[in-house]
Amino acid sequence: MSQTNSESMAPLRWVGALGAHTLYVLGDLGRMGVFLFWAVLGVFKRPFRFKELLKQLSFIGGGSMTLIFFTALSSGMVLGLQGYYSLHKFGAEGMLGSAVSLTLIMELGPVLTALMVAGRAGSAMCAEIGIMRISEQIDALECMAIDPFRYFISPKFLAALLSLPLLTAFFDVIGILGGYIAGVHLMGVNSGAYFSGMEQSVTNHDIQLGVIKSFIFGWLVVWICTGRGYLVQKIRGAGFGAESVSKVTTQAVVLSSISVLVFDYLLTAVLL
Amino acid sequence: MTLTLHEEAVIRFVDVCVSFAGRMQENIVLDQANFTVPKGKTTVIAGGSGQGKSVILKLILGLLRPNSGQVLVGEKNIATMGYAQLQEQRMRFGVLFQGSALFDSLTVFENIALPLRERTSMRNEEIVAKVQTTLKQLELGGHEDKYPAQLSGGMKKRVGLARALQLDPEIVLFDEPTTGLDPVMTREIYELFTQTQQRLGYTAVIVSHDIPQIFSLADQIILLNKGELDVFTNPSQIPLSSKTKIREFARLVLGYEETKG
Ligand SMILES: Nc1ncnc2c1ncn2[C@@H]1O[C@H](COP(=O)(O)OP(=O)(O)O)[C@@H](O)[C@H]1O
Ligand SMILES: [Mg+2]
Repeated sequence: MSQTNSESMAPLRWVGALGAHTLYVLGDLGRMGVFLFWAVLGVFKRPFRFKELLKQLSFIGGGSMTLIFFTALSSGMVLGLQGYYSLHKFGAEGMLGSAVSLTLIMELGPVLTALMVAGRAGSAMCAEIGIMRISEQIDALECMAIDPFRYFISPKFLAALLSLPLLTAFFDVIGILGGYIAGVHLMGVNSGAYFSGMEQSVTNHDIQLGVIKSFIFGWLVVWICTGRGYLVQKIRGAGFGAESVSKVTTQAVVLSSISVLVFDYLLTAVLL
Repeated sequence: MTLTLHEEAVIRFVDVCVSFAGRMQENIVLDQANFTVPKGKTTVIAGGSGQGKSVILKLILGLLRPNSGQVLVGEKNIATMGYAQLQEQRMRFGVLFQGSALFDSLTVFENIALPLRERTSMRNEEIVAKVQTTLKQLELGGHEDKYPAQLSGGMKKRVGLARALQLDPEIVLFDEPTTGLDPVMTREIYELFTQTQQRLGYTAVIVSHDIPQIFSLADQIILLNKGELDVFTNPSQIPLSSKTKIREFARLVLGYEETKG
C-alpha cells in the first residue's frame, strides 16, 4: 500500500522540487536586487572613503592593465593577420583598418575586457567579501554601526564601474595598434590606408555601442562578483567555510562571464 | 502571558520564535523564548553546539529577525526597527565574536582604533592615546603593528575585547570567548572579563559551553536545548527545571540526577 502510494507520489515530488527550486531562484534574485540597492546607496553615503576608492581603482583598474595589454595586443594582431588573409583574396586590403577597428570597438574590446576583469578582479573581490562574511567581519562592522557597504563594498563597486569603460578604451587602442603591427609592418598594408579606412568607417554610433556595452558589462561583472561574495552563506549547495568561498567565487566568475556573453548578443541585436 | 517588568531589564525576549527552512523539515531553534537580561549583571547562555546560542546574540544585535515575537532592547523592538534606528541601537553594544572577527587586513592597532575613527569625532592624537591605554590594560603592548593572522588565539580574543570596549558600551556580548583556548588562557580571559566589567560596569551576556566553570561568573543562567529554554539564578535549580529537555540536558551534560517525584 505504502509502496503504491509513494510511486504515485513520484511525479508530484518532481513538481515539488521544481517549485522549491523556482522559489529559491526568485529569492536569490531578490537578495541580489536588495544587495544592488545597498551597494549603489553606499556610494552616496558620507563620509566617503576616497582613499579606499583610490586603492581599489589602482587594484582593479591599474592592476588589470598588463593583462588587458597582452590580451588586446594579441587579439589585435590576430585580427590583423586574419583580416589581411581574408581581405587579400578580394584585393580589399585597404579595408583592414576598418575591419579591425570595428570588430574591436563593437565586440572584442567590451567583451574580452569584461571577461578578463571578471577573472582577475571579480574573483578577487568575490573571495575577499566572502571571507569577510564567513569570518563574521561584516557582522562585526554592522555591530559597530559601520555600514559595510559604505566602508568597503561600495568603493569596490564604484572602482570597478569606473575602471571597466576605461580599460575597454585602453583595450581598443592597444588592439588597433596590434592590428597595425600585424597588417602594416608584417603584411605590408599601406599605413595611410589602415588609418583612413578606420576613420571613414567607424561612426559615433559604433563607438556608442561599445561604450554602452562596456558600462553594462561593468555593472554585470561587479554586481554578480561582489553580490555572490556578500551572499555566500545564502547560496544553496555552497557548503561551509573555505569551500563555500571557493565554490561561490567560481560560480561568480562563471555567472558573470555567461551573462556578459548573453548580454553581448542581446545588446548587439537591439542596438546595432 | 504575564511578564514581570523588571525595571532594570535592558534586554527582553517576548515569545520569540526562530526557525530556519531545512532540507527535510523546519529547524526550530527558538520556540516561544522568554527571558530578560538584568542591567549591570552577567547573564550566561549555555547549551550544546547548534542549539541557538549565537542566534540569540544575533537577534539582540538585529543581525537576524525573529519569525515572531519581540526582542526589546531598552523599550524598543529590534525586530521591527528600521536601518537607521538599528545603527543607533548598535552603538550601545560591544561584541566579542566567536572567531574574534578581527579585520585581517588591518593591524592590531588599526583594528582597535577603527570604531573610534569611524564612530567618533576624536582627533588622531586622542585616538592613539586611548588605544595605547587599552593596549596596556589588556597586556597587548608591543603587538600593535602585528596583523591578526600573526596572533595566538588568546591574543586575538584580547584584541577583540579591546575593540569591543572602545566605545564604552553599556552592554557587551561575548560569543564563546574561551572556545579553543587552553585552560590557562581561559582563566586569563575570565579574569580580564571580571576586571573590565568591574571597571566599566557594563551588562554582560556570555555565550559559552564551558560548563560548569562559566557558572561561577553568572548572575543569571539561561540554558538552551532543542528549542526549549529555561532561566535560572542559581545552578542548583537546574535539575528542578519544569522543562523536560532542559532536565535531559542537565542530566547528560552536567551529570545531575533527575530529581523528580
Ligand atoms: N543564517 C542561518 N540560516 C540557517 N540556519 C541557521 C542560520 N544561523 C543559524 N542556523 C541554525 O540554527 C541553529 C543554531 O545555530 P547557532 O546559534 O549558531 O548555534 P550555537 O548554539 O552553536 O551558537 C543551528 O542548527 C544552525 O544550523
Ligand atoms: Mg555559536
